[in-house]
Amino acid sequence: MEHGVPLIVGVGLTDHARKSHWPARLDLAQSASGLVLALFMWGHMAFVSSILLGKDAMWTVTKFFEGYFFFGRSHPWIVSIVVAMVIALVVTHALLALRKFPINYLQFSSFRGHMRMMRHEDTTLWYWQVLTGFALFFLASVHLYIMLTRPDRIGPFESADRVWSDHFWPLYIVLLLAVELHGGIGLYRLAVKWGWFGSADAKAMRRRLKLAKWALTAFFLVLGFATLAAYIRIGVEHSDRYGERYVPAQLQTSPVPAPAGGDLRSPR
Amino acid sequence: MTESAAMPSQSISPESAQRKVRISVLRYNPQERGSVPRMQTYELEEADGMTLFIALNEIREKQDASLQFDFVCRAGICGSCAMVINGRPGLACRTLTRSLGSEITLAPLPVFELIADLSVNTGKWMRAMSERLQAWVHMKQIEVDISRLEERMEPELAQKIYELDRCIECGCCVAGCGTARMREDFVGAVGLNKIARFRLDPRDARTDADFYELVGDDSGVFGCMSLLACHDVCPKALPLATQIAFVRRKMAGAGWK
Repeated sequence: MEHGVPLIVGVGLTDHARKSHWPARLDLAQSASGLVLALFMWGHMAFVSSILLGKDAMWTVTKFFEGYFFFGRSHPWIVSIVVAMVIALVVTHALLALRKFPINYLQFSSFRGHMRMMRHEDTTLWYWQVLTGFALFFLASVHLYIMLTRPDRIGPFESADRVWSDHFWPLYIVLLLAVELHGGIGLYRLAVKWGWFGSADAKAMRRRLKLAKWALTAFFLVLGFATLAAYIRIGVEHSDRYGERYVPAQLQTSPVPAPAGGDLRSPR
Repeated sequence: MTESAAMPSQSISPESAQRKVRISVLRYNPQERGSVPRMQTYELEEADGMTLFIALNEIREKQDASLQFDFVCRAGICGSCAMVINGRPGLACRTLTRSLGSEITLAPLPVFELIADLSVNTGKWMRAMSERLQAWVHMKQIEVDISRLEERMEPELAQKIYELDRCIECGCCVAGCGTARMREDFVGAVGLNKIARFRLDPRDARTDADFYELVGDDSGVFGCMSLLACHDVCPKALPLATQIAFVRRKMAGAGWK
């Protein structure tokens, strides 16, 4: 039986100003920027850790990203462009993540008291995510600015000199810890936040996700510290030749080592 | 699930060796002039199968008639006896003292208005939340014809809706939520679960755009930081993590357009 009466759905809703769509977009943008940055960091670690395979391997990776194997000469500005994009992503992500930070001491102390009371792992992990995120504002900025302005100073000797002789190693130790903790927790949170890897047994899936999260964090921390140790070792050995660029064995027959940014096979 | 929900959540130990338990209660009565928050400890002998609800009643009966706490059903159905047990929200009637150490600390649920001692006004908060989220079925027609058969619903769908309707509004998810502790306008898992429930219901004619008007902001689903303590402390074992993720996906889709 039809009464011909209009819908009464959303009673009162139509009287209100429609809600902004921005909260949804900002939430999606925060997750998307975080995902891209976390995946970028995995790739970054893979490339940086190529030093563990030898100086030539790291040199090859570096020159690959400078376009050497495509254009026949190095273009470090390509790296600068990628770094500029990463900086833009970091700033965007930081800006969006700030929405979730405690905005005053009352909120901060409420959360900390809550965390201590609950002793609940995911709650505590969020606190660590905030702390490491805050630290990354500063730590990542230093690293990214150097990469942006001196992309030609990336290489087996060049990076090692920066790590050791330019005293970047303390910064990199803290940066590594902050990035791996923040990224690992962030990826795990993304998965549970959006319900990826849905399963009938949500609890078991969450246990597996957390196990994977810790395994990945441990893997990247071990890999990261091994890589940093390798750069420190090279940096110490190379400290008396600070500033000298690395030239791989196959190119050392050139009369003059090729400068960065130029054709490595024929001196300018 | 209903049967198991009504039973204490821990198995009873066959050991009958009795021990003394010390229960420290955060006491404060804001209605009483001169009352200050303080911890008061009671000692009692543990009985077999003793729940915190039984222990608190024994304390009130034999030691301190002024101790205030709420209960109605003593079976995990009414949600009245929710409190913070050793730092985590839970139901007193579903918590065996044997599952805890001999030192037990009890406090009222945070977030909610304190009545006195362990008694809080969850009803006031829940009503405000329900009104704000319009947590009822919004039918297509105003007039109800009781002579007409109800629309049919697939048993599987009815079961899914029933699963989410098992929420007893005890407030544990809200008290366990880090976001709710920081931002008092957050709707909490209980509210988001309601949205998921009404969205499932084919009798409810609201669209995702309508639901977005209710929870499409930082006091709604986008305020959730996915700490998931709500899921972990829910005494009814509701799939809150899954439901919040579901609502988030739907609201993100509705808001993105």
